[in-house]
Amino acid sequence: MGPNSKAWWWGWIVFLAGLLVLVGLFSLGVGAVHIPLRKVLQALAIGKGSPEYAILFEVRLPRILLGLAVGGGLAIAGVVLQGMFRNPLVEPYTLGISGGAALGVALNMVAGGPTGLGLFSLPASGFLGAAGVMIVVYLLSAGGGQIKLSRLLLIGVMVSFIAASLIMLIMAMTKVEDLHGIIFWIMGSLQEPNASLIWAILFISLGGLIISLFFAVDLNALSLGEEEAFHLGVEVERLKKILFLLASFITGCCVSVTGIIGFVGLVVPHMMRLLVGGDHRKLVVTSYLSGAVFLILCDTLARVILAPTELPVGVITGLVGGGLFIYALSRRGAAL
Amino acid sequence: MGGSMLAITGLSCGYGKRIVLREVSFAIKKGEFVGVIGPNGSGKTTLLRAISGFLPLRGGTISLEGEETRHMGRRYLAQKVAVVTQAPDIMPPFSVAEFVLLGRVPHWGGFQLLETTNDRAIAEGAMEMAGIGHLKERRMGELSGGERQLVFVARALVQTPHLLLLDEPTAHLDIGHQVQIMDLLRELNREGSLTIVVVLHDLTLAGLYCDRLILLNEGRLRAIGPPEAVLTKGVIEEVYQTQVTVMETPAGGRPVILPVAGKNQ
Repeated sequence: MGPNSKAWWWGWIVFLAGLLVLVGLFSLGVGAVHIPLRKVLQALAIGKGSPEYAILFEVRLPRILLGLAVGGGLAIAGVVLQGMFRNPLVEPYTLGISGGAALGVALNMVAGGPTGLGLFSLPASGFLGAAGVMIVVYLLSAGGGQIKLSRLLLIGVMVSFIAASLIMLIMAMTKVEDLHGIIFWIMGSLQEPNASLIWAILFISLGGLIISLFFAVDLNALSLGEEEAFHLGVEVERLKKILFLLASFITGCCVSVTGIIGFVGLVVPHMMRLLVGGDHRKLVVTSYLSGAVFLILCDTLARVILAPTELPVGVITGLVGGGLFIYALSRRGAAL
Repeated sequence: MGGSMLAITGLSCGYGKRIVLREVSFAIKKGEFVGVIGPNGSGKTTLLRAISGFLPLRGGTISLEGEETRHMGRRYLAQKVAVVTQAPDIMPPFSVAEFVLLGRVPHWGGFQLLETTNDRAIAEGAMEMAGIGHLKERRMGELSGGERQLVFVARALVQTPHLLLLDEPTAHLDIGHQVQIMDLLRELNREGSLTIVVVLHDLTLAGLYCDRLILLNEGRLRAIGPPEAVLTKGVIEEVYQTQVTVMETPAGGRPVILPVAGKNQ
């Protein structure tokens, strides 16, 4: 079967979806309290009442759902941006969105927001920071109604650096307790007590998946370059704006809830390109699924390796993702 | 030969503040095979970009089959005009079949996600025509220069255009592949009655295949007409600032241009 036959890529989707279910079940079972698969399935079937119910449905399942939403969301943001910029080093955090979110959260913590306004103020301030950066980057690079991609990229990188410097400034001048909070937020975690926030992110990320899929064909054309896309009848300027806003919005939402979980948006699109090729219709779907699998798996590892101590999930994504990717590259010896 | 395919009047066009083409006017009939020649920087690529709509016009009008291109939507224009640009520098990991199928995109509905069997049939036909059927499953990055160029032509054919624009399709190719590309274009022109405008650097090759030649110099139209009329010693030496010998091909009497070594003026 060739790489173009429908069966071949449906095979990948079914395989990855199956993997997602397996990883989800595995993640439900392991942790500080081990719950065997039989009991997991029992609790799933019976529902409320069993002793494991609280752990499964109030602690682990929300985490898995958040991992699915954020892993998938960051992966498609990476696919969209790498395709649009035709640059394999671009990832969802390149354009400064994450820096803006971190800056918003850091300011909020220093100002005493979490104690005064409650924990919900953290994602809110993160989202405001991300949105602020998104607007600044967009306005600065959209001179004369046209977005120049090289300019957009450079401005994004510069805004990232400015945000990082401001965060360091805040950290240098702040109290030790706040410092700890800021560092932990930046390292990222899938622990989120607010269930409605998790549902909101899941909804946004699945919506992002559907919208990306609708633009996947145009993205195929754009990945050949702007002139080529133009000659294939694509409204290039409109498309660039939509894709930038889409990727930034997904990234901003994910980051403001979970903090900066690195590597998913960079490595997953690459791995999928090695496996399924350059067609963004396939890339968007397979990246979403494998991004979800990857992040849930990494988060599970982060929970169990030194249980009951939890490692920062960003450490695991970096180690596992980087290692896997180097392995895949050296095995295939393939050009990207 | 039929009615008017392309009518350009008083065209001025450029990049930012720099004007590259000035007051260019000419017309091309349906079914013609026209070559665009001229020194580096004379505006050949800019002319193609103006016709394809990629560059906004500074002045003048371009009409395609009697309709002004500036009033046409992107998609509509891409259904009528296909462009083979100088091969892009970065190539995503598409297979040849995937890449060629992208040529159907201008014909798709707004939110169409999958190709139809008709799209596949057209792509198969174009790949057979270009002689690259056996390369279908290969990745674009694995192709040789000649194969790549044939794939680009195949993708343009899949757009089922009325007008095909090509920017130096024979650049960096050996003589065998040059002839293969040009023969393919001639076949498409004669049997598919496709109107072709091709930018070429090789004057002899241009004279050999084209019905008419457009010679640009410093952004202006210097000469237009059949190869024998355009490729004369006087005109070439003036435009290219170098001495040449003009001879005739043994069969057909087409002009052959030989440079004279050490005679750059």
